[in-house]
Amino acid sequence: MSKIHVQTKINGEDTEFLCEPRQSLLEVLREELGFTGSKEGCNDGNCGACSVIMDGTLVNSCLVLAVEAQGTEITTVEGLAGPEGLHPLQQKFLEHAALQCGICTPGFLVAAKALLDKNPDPTEHQVRHWLAGNLCRCTGYDKIVRAILDAAQVMREESAAAG
Amino acid sequence: MKDFEYVAPRTLREAISLLAEKGERARVLAGGTDLLVQLRSRRFELDRVVDIKHIPELDELSFGPRRGLRIGAAVSCSRLYNDPDVVERYPGLIDSASIIGGVQIQGRATFGGNLCNASPSGDAISSLIVHAAVAEIAGPDGKRTVPVAEFCTGPGQSVLQPGEILVALQIPPPRKFSGGHYLRFIPRNEMDIAVVGAGAYVELADRKRAFKTVRIALAAVAPTPLVAGEAAELLIGHQVDDEAIAAAAEAARAAARPISDMRGPADFRRHLVGVLTARALKGAVARARGQFVPNAVQDPENADAPIPVRRPEAAG
Repeated sequence: MSKIHVQTKINGEDTEFLCEPRQSLLEVLREELGFTGSKEGCNDGNCGACSVIMDGTLVNSCLVLAVEAQGTEITTVEGLAGPEGLHPLQQKFLEHAALQCGICTPGFLVAAKALLDKNPDPTEHQVRHWLAGNLCRCTGYDKIVRAILDAAQVMREESAAAG
Repeated sequence: MKDFEYVAPRTLREAISLLAEKGERARVLAGGTDLLVQLRSRRFELDRVVDIKHIPELDELSFGPRRGLRIGAAVSCSRLYNDPDVVERYPGLIDSASIIGGVQIQGRATFGGNLCNASPSGDAISSLIVHAAVAEIAGPDGKRTVPVAEFCTGPGQSVLQPGEILVALQIPPPRKFSGGHYLRFIPRNEMDIAVVGAGAYVELADRKRAFKTVRIALAAVAPTPLVAGEAAELLIGHQVDDEAIAAAAEAARAAARPISDMRGPADFRRHLVGVLTARALKGAVARARGQFVPNAVQDPENADAPIPVRRPEAAG
């Protein structure tokens, strides 16, 4: 099959690539574009390690064809930190030791960002439910949930201070 | 995954001819959460994948007080539970939309795809059946409609003929004093396939004390989603009380034809049918009476958060 030309915006930058129709967005992100933050865990939508935000919607990039990214805006874990340093979620994951082996972490960070973008003040119940599609086999989730609630508070305070 | 041709038509007519041309070697791509997994596991091979998300009538989600709810075949679960009209008027459908996979899956997976995949355990299908949903189908020979209750013909099998495409699901407007509820049993809290699911819809009369209309449908206890007609009949005209609900649950249990598999033995499934049917009926009755019944994702302590994630109020 001939390759298809796709234009998209990844982490705020216009990006073009060529892909085969059968290639997943995850495959292209990692192997063609060098965004290796998104991880391949199960490759069938169960583990969430490949989570990215596509046009404001949290998705598993292993279950999106790369050609479907045409005209969309995508945020990967590489888009979280700014020039001034780590994203509050990343900072709080470090402080709370919310990771051990780390392979699930980018997926959790992106999923948590998608949650806080929509709901800056989630309850613990809402955080836990939101993360149902992200698997972690090390932490037992508790530290992850605490880190996210803490980051949410920091972000609310920052945005209140900024007026 | 074997390579295939990807096409994203802008019109229904184009989509139908692209599908019809390849027969069994072409399939529709909506959310892709079933299709891509099936292709990757080589359950089948395709020459062509037809992405339907760019066809306006398949991407439509709209509600009118007279015509009811229209869910285009490409509308994702998360669009349903972020839509205030659906959340307010069809909480029974939201029960399903919010338990299909996790948030990542819900952002892509569609009710249309859940129906066309025709799994006996499809969580959207029983809810659609009890809400009297009708499937609108278009094909090379024109359009036709099929009640969702008659759509599935076997595991993974449906009434869709080669070249035919599900356009939308049409659901009647909510009646006065009506309510629906769907719930399922899984060994985890989230992210699993129903061992058993039960959906119920009721309309109440006599100052909300008696059953006027009742529909019950069961998931994962037969080769297709199962309408428990006799169980529902038992209740019509009857006073709403625990005894009547228990009798209907027993009738649903008797109607179930489950198999034993890795998800559970048949006896256990039959038991679950009784438990879940009673709970679904009670939830539907409570909603018909205007009471708050949380779905699987709602915080039972926080009835003020009616949808899984509330959008923040406009910044003040």
